[in-house]
Amino acid sequence: MALAFDEFGRPFIIIKEQEQKSRLRGLDAQKANISAGKSVARILRTSLGPKGMDKMLQSPDGEVTITNDGATILEQMDVDNQIAKLMVELSRSQDYEIGDGTTGVVVMAGALLEQAERLLERGIHPIRIAEGYEMASRIAVEHLEHIAQKFNFDATNVEPLVQTCMTTLSSKIVNRCKRSLAEIAVKAVMAVADLERKDVNLDLIKVEGKVGGKLEDTELIYGIVVDKDMSHPQMPKQIEDAKIAILTCAFEPPKPKTKHKVDIDSVEKFQTLRKQEQKYFDDMVQKCKDVGATLVICQWGFDDEANHLLMHRNLPAVRWVGGVELELIAIATGGRIVPRFQELTPEKLGKAGLVREKSFGTTKDRMLYIEHCANSRAVTIFIRGGNKMMIEETKRSIHDSLCVARNLIRNNSIVYGGGSVEISCSIAVEAAADKYPGVEQYAIRAFADALDSIPMALAENSGLQPIETLSAVKSQQLKENNPYCGIDCNDVGTNDMREQNVFEALIGKQQQIFLATQVVKMILKIDDVISPNVY
Amino acid sequence: MAVEKLFKDEATEEKGERARMASFVGAMAIADLVKTTLGPKGMDKILQSTGRGHSVTVTNDGATILKSLHIDNPAAKVLVDISKVQDDEVGDGTTSVVVLAGELLREAEKLVATKIHPMTIISGYRMAAECARNALLEKVVDNKEDAEKFNSDLMKIAMTTLSSKILSQDKEHFAKLAVDAVMRLKGSTNLEAIQIIKKPGGSLKDSFLDEGFILDKKIGVGQPKRIENAKILVANTAMDTDKVKIYGARVRVDSMSKVAEIEGAEKEKMREKVQKIIAHGINCFVNRQLIYNFPEELFADAGVLAIEHADFDGIERLALVTGGEIASTFDNPESVKLGHCKLIEEIMIGEDKLIHFSGVEMGQACTIVLRGASFHVLDEAERSLHDALCVLSQTVNDSRVLLGGGWPEMVMAKAVDELARKTPGKKSHAIDAFSKALLAIPTTIADNAGLDSAELIAKLRAEHHKEGSTAGIDVISGFVGDMAELGISESFKVKQAVLLSATEAAEMILRVDEIVTCAPRKREDRM
Repeated sequence: MALAFDEFGRPFIIIKEQEQKSRLRGLDAQKANISAGKSVARILRTSLGPKGMDKMLQSPDGEVTITNDGATILEQMDVDNQIAKLMVELSRSQDYEIGDGTTGVVVMAGALLEQAERLLERGIHPIRIAEGYEMASRIAVEHLEHIAQKFNFDATNVEPLVQTCMTTLSSKIVNRCKRSLAEIAVKAVMAVADLERKDVNLDLIKVEGKVGGKLEDTELIYGIVVDKDMSHPQMPKQIEDAKIAILTCAFEPPKPKTKHKVDIDSVEKFQTLRKQEQKYFDDMVQKCKDVGATLVICQWGFDDEANHLLMHRNLPAVRWVGGVELELIAIATGGRIVPRFQELTPEKLGKAGLVREKSFGTTKDRMLYIEHCANSRAVTIFIRGGNKMMIEETKRSIHDSLCVARNLIRNNSIVYGGGSVEISCSIAVEAAADKYPGVEQYAIRAFADALDSIPMALAENSGLQPIETLSAVKSQQLKENNPYCGIDCNDVGTNDMREQNVFEALIGKQQQIFLATQVVKMILKIDDVISPNVY
Repeated sequence: MAVEKLFKDEATEEKGERARMASFVGAMAIADLVKTTLGPKGMDKILQSTGRGHSVTVTNDGATILKSLHIDNPAAKVLVDISKVQDDEVGDGTTSVVVLAGELLREAEKLVATKIHPMTIISGYRMAAECARNALLEKVVDNKEDAEKFNSDLMKIAMTTLSSKILSQDKEHFAKLAVDAVMRLKGSTNLEAIQIIKKPGGSLKDSFLDEGFILDKKIGVGQPKRIENAKILVANTAMDTDKVKIYGARVRVDSMSKVAEIEGAEKEKMREKVQKIIAHGINCFVNRQLIYNFPEELFADAGVLAIEHADFDGIERLALVTGGEIASTFDNPESVKLGHCKLIEEIMIGEDKLIHFSGVEMGQACTIVLRGASFHVLDEAERSLHDALCVLSQTVNDSRVLLGGGWPEMVMAKAVDELARKTPGKKSHAIDAFSKALLAIPTTIADNAGLDSAELIAKLRAEHHKEGSTAGIDVISGFVGDMAELGISESFKVKQAVLLSATEAAEMILRVDEIVTCAPRKREDRM
């Protein structure tokens, strides 16, 4: 621990309770950080690619998650190391921005750190390395744009989109029926996409899962599925041409927000109050009925009396519907959310062609389907599967492929997958390195090497000889001047990713390189770690 | 430089081979645990809970056993989960699915040991599962058109399901009960309409199906014990003191006389309510909530039978059975739908008095009264019956039927074997392993029955070499027998669910190459 001394030679304390804090500085700090980052990357490395393995995670409460989604693994891993936490953040931001490639970005960052370690040993200053990486990343991204291709799709021809989603899904456990899931994802995105503005609001796609059945039974519903049932067991289970009143007020006596007391001090008052109460319930139901609603969906609960009145007046109702679902229903049916009974008007009702209750399995699970809505822009993907973990993993996979489809609608440039872009970028960066004078040149070369590590991991996970395969593909790319050669993970027999139909969105890849470089730069700049001692 | 600490304290991480070992061992341990309960001669387990009273359950239902285990191994949890799902989805085959998944993993372990990549094994398993399913599809029999045959199919399935349970002695009796009950549902899978009442005493044989509805409640004092042509109002309303629901209301008085007045008003209110209820022209009133003495007295005066505190399920079922609606307000007597039944009377089962509603309008619901020597027997009987009912109700919807007694496994194994021979590459090992895992189920059945499994399976295999064989294990005689003649059948839906979810679970566990266990959440010291 470094100490400072005053002019009389007495040590004085700079950091509060510095005896109790451990401190790492200089090269040691950098090395410790790098090795932490690397070990996180090493965990994820085996999950990369179509033949990647899954991780089993047991949460503090004993729940088991099985996944190969990078972001999920890291989030559930409950890491304690600060640098490891940075890597977790990195994967999360890729997840928020792009939704896919969360594993790749961490593996990339890990490889960059590994290369940086070597350069540090040679005595190159970390800032110079960081700058070199920055330059290299710019070269790589430019090169990506250069080799990217536009591809055309429209509302009728969605095949290219389906193919891209299949690439995403092929690394997940659901790859058994990737074709049908990819089609579902694309259809869902196309249903809600605004092709003019090139924007997709993924909030409009609800992903709902129910244990049981097989994965093949997963379906896309043009409407909303709510995990609720009718408030009264004897209400009709199917309503056609429903007019829906969407309420956020409870079917209960009013509760003014200001504190108040109603004092009863005579028999007359007691009786009037009672009458009032009955009238109130009656009014509420009557108001719904008057505007012509045939279904009430309410965010809150109902009083028993109100419930019966609703039933009595033949007005089916659903209670305790969550806020988000309520909004979705409002969007789908074109209704307005009404906060007070007084404001209920016929125009504010939502419309749906068919509302039905469907039951599953031998338990009494029921779900409410709202279909044929006025505005078909809200859809639900309803997942079935053998067990809970499967459903959760499928949800994550569907989310990834939805994100990919959205990215492509925003920007229809694609690059080819299977490690081909990384190899191609690596060649480009390597070639560009020589043009830079100075120490940065080394860092740029190191960057190129780091890029190679992704195809290497792919090959490794697919059971191929990593170095042999990589060098073969690299030389093929140079010889044929064909940037579309990648690793043949599935043993199809061709290296050309155009034939294998493996592609990814351009922005996804660009984002991966940017994010990985940024985090590595950040880690390299740290030269002092002060942490409270473990007691 | 190694990182000392990446994870939090107490978190553990296992990688590669070790992780795979941990999950294989865990999964196989679970499979071995329930293995001995498989088949008609399977044994039961005693489960003692750690909770207060250390209550004891005796069962041979896979899902029940696994549900009550406290498991720490994550892979084992996957198996427990599939067994639970199997229970929810089809109700039966909860043991088979775990045993099959365990066997698949056991075979996979051998393959991994010979350096075959898990991904190759998975793709082999997938092909095999698909092929096995197709083989079953080819052999299914669908007797939906022929009502008589279908009925006998249902009987056979029920008997097969029950034969592995505690009810096996009286399986014919119970199979008939179950089939009758399910047929009354007319195709709906809503098992709620079938009520099971357990009353200790008598023997299992004394159990019976009642066409009416039995409510486990007593009739109020001084009220008629027997009503013919009853009109029933089913309600969910407060019959104690009807509180003022307006928020913040309270009574504030300044003299004793006022209190008395208010009390009088309250009473008056209740009296009015009772009057309104009686004005419906009813002679039976069933409420979900309490009925206080005062209103009860009023009802008694009016000659109305009042039943209080029926639980919510009971109310719903009663409403369903009698065709009435559950009412909470009573202002429009003309439009409330009343329930009807021919006769309400108090009956005695054993020592307890119950209320029996017979001659109800909707024939859907019925009640099965189980009798037996002890609560444990009754509980297990209920679980067994539940299994049978689930399977039957699923079969009514999907009427495809297969033979039982290890026959489907043999058929699948044969088809999968053929596929293995045709498939080039490493996958064929995995496919081969799949067929071996399938054979483990008849082997276990034979083993559990104390038979020479190796001999039997070999014989079965030879039998199945012929086209259209119907051979299976006849556990009773201990030889290979003709399953069609013996009348042992299983539902296709159950077998398919077993096959698919076992494969899915095995696949999931195989894909894992790292296990991270987070530190258990700290609990406050509540000990």
